[in-house]
Order: sequence, then C-alpha cells, then structure tokens
Amino acid sequence: MRVGVVTFPGSLDDVDAARAVTVAGGEAVALWHGDHDLHGVDAVVLPGGFSYGDYLRCGAIARFAPVMTEVIAAAQEGLPVLGICNGFQILCESHLLPGALIRNDARRFVCRDQRLRLDNVGTAWTSAYEQGQEVVIPLKSGEGGYIADADTLDRLEGDGRIVARYLEHNPNGAMRDIAGVTNERGNVVGLMPHPEHAVDDLCGSVTDGLGFFRSVLAVATA
Amino acid sequence: MARVVVDVMPKPEILDPQGKAVHGALPRLGFEGVTEVRQGKRFELEIEGELTDDRMAQVRLMAATLLSNPVIEDFDVRVEEATQ
Repeated sequence: MRVGVVTFPGSLDDVDAARAVTVAGGEAVALWHGDHDLHGVDAVVLPGGFSYGDYLRCGAIARFAPVMTEVIAAAQEGLPVLGICNGFQILCESHLLPGALIRNDARRFVCRDQRLRLDNVGTAWTSAYEQGQEVVIPLKSGEGGYIADADTLDRLEGDGRIVARYLEHNPNGAMRDIAGVTNERGNVVGLMPHPEHAVDDLCGSVTDGLGFFRSVLAVATA
Repeated sequence: MARVVVDVMPKPEILDPQGKAVHGALPRLGFEGVTEVRQGKRFELEIEGELTDDRMAQVRLMAATLLSNPVIEDFDVRVEEATQ
C-alpha cells in the first residue's frame, strides 16, 4: 500500500505523516505541490502546517496547487484522502468537504491532548476503530473552528458524516463540537487534530492516532 | 489602466474573532460608542487596458473563486474612479 504525502511550501507535518504511514505498515510516497500526477499512490494525506504561509485564507492557495487538481479528481473517483489540520482546511477550500474552518473563538492558538469520540467508523480512515470509541489525539491549531450553515450541519448529522467530535471541552468554538467530517462516499476525511503525532510510545503520550493509518491500509488489502 | 476594488467581509452570521478583539481593544484606549467591529479584506486590482464587461465578469469570477470563500464570506466589486 503506497500512501502519498503532499508537501506544500509551508507544510510542517509531512514528515510525521509519512512516518505514521510507515509505522502503520505502509509505504510513504513523497508528493510535491507542483506534481502533475500522483505517482500511482493508493491514498493521499494532506498534512498539517501553514501552506503558503496561510496567506489569503488557510488552504486557499494550496487548493490551486497543481497536485490538487489530481487529488481532487482522484478523490471524486474514490481515492482515500485524509486532510489533517491545514489539510482539512485545504479539503474545505477545495469543496471536497462542506463547511469551513475559522479562527478559534477564544482567539488563541490551542495546543493540547484532546479527547475525541469517533462517531463514524465506516470511512476509509476510521475502520480500525470501534463506533463511539474515545481517543486522545493532539490538537494544535489557531484556525480550527468548524462552521457550516444549519442545513449542512443537519445533513452531516443525519447522514452520519461527522467523523469525530471534541469531548469534555470544545477547544475552538467548532459547531456541534465537530473535529472531523467525511464526504458522502466516506473516502475523504478532514480532521483538525493530528493523529500522525500519536503513533509512537517513544514520542507521545498516546498511540491512538495509528488507527487512521491502519484503516486506510486495510482498504487496500481488502 | 483601471483600478477595481474587491471588498471581502465575513458573512454577518459568521463569528469574527478578529473584529471582536479589535472591538474589545477600543474602550481600553478610551474610544467609546462603537457597538460592533467586523474585520474584512480589501483587494485593489490594477487592470490593464479598457475595463470591459468581460473584464469585470472576470474580476467577479476571481472574487468568487479565490479572493473570497463563499461559505464564510461575501464580496463586493466596484470600480475606483481615477484621481489625479
């Protein structure tokens, strides 16, 4: 299973994401923002960071990077795509996922171990978890407040497309405590917390994030 | 040459933490009587040649595609008269 990890100018967590793929047992393939093809990968991770310096809006410029033309087309055909933090913002800007992410309501950058509940384990990226499982995954973002209009939120809830919710404390004002959502098909997932930072006992308090990467490997071997 | 200005503002129903922070700072500086602050962006586009309807349509497309995110923002496009 080859999982592409895109590096944009300003990406920070591409190396951690690639390492998480490796720890989960996959082969990580480095993709460059200027690439015009996906080098035959079986899935793509859009990592966290500050692509293009967060100029204009977070993810707004990355969305028009050459590689995103390929990612969007492939995602619409069912390729598993996970957007983490800045990657989630890029997926929303690309309209692969509904809604948007705005500045935290408390106006502070938040960095904490965040408890989450997984509300949809039917996606390409969450099948390794139990429905309703509670996990702890680091969250580190300044513009992580998920918003969408009421009709969209109702539809997401009705269709079970809310993948993860914040528990105990809503860290950023996200509507309905939303930490992650998926598309109708369940192959595209956007997540504000960083599962790639929670895959190794050596450098983190938890390994709860590994399931995201194991899930997508299971898709390929299924 | 013509200058086209695109104003982008967060939609009224969208929380604007930056505007709120500015609003909170004003009384601390002794400025009173401001009931709300909303913060947006202003883009100034210098357009070459004559400003045709086609060009203006292009600018509106730029505004809707890149300069604003229609999920959270509204935009307004206007031509700025040249001042000598």
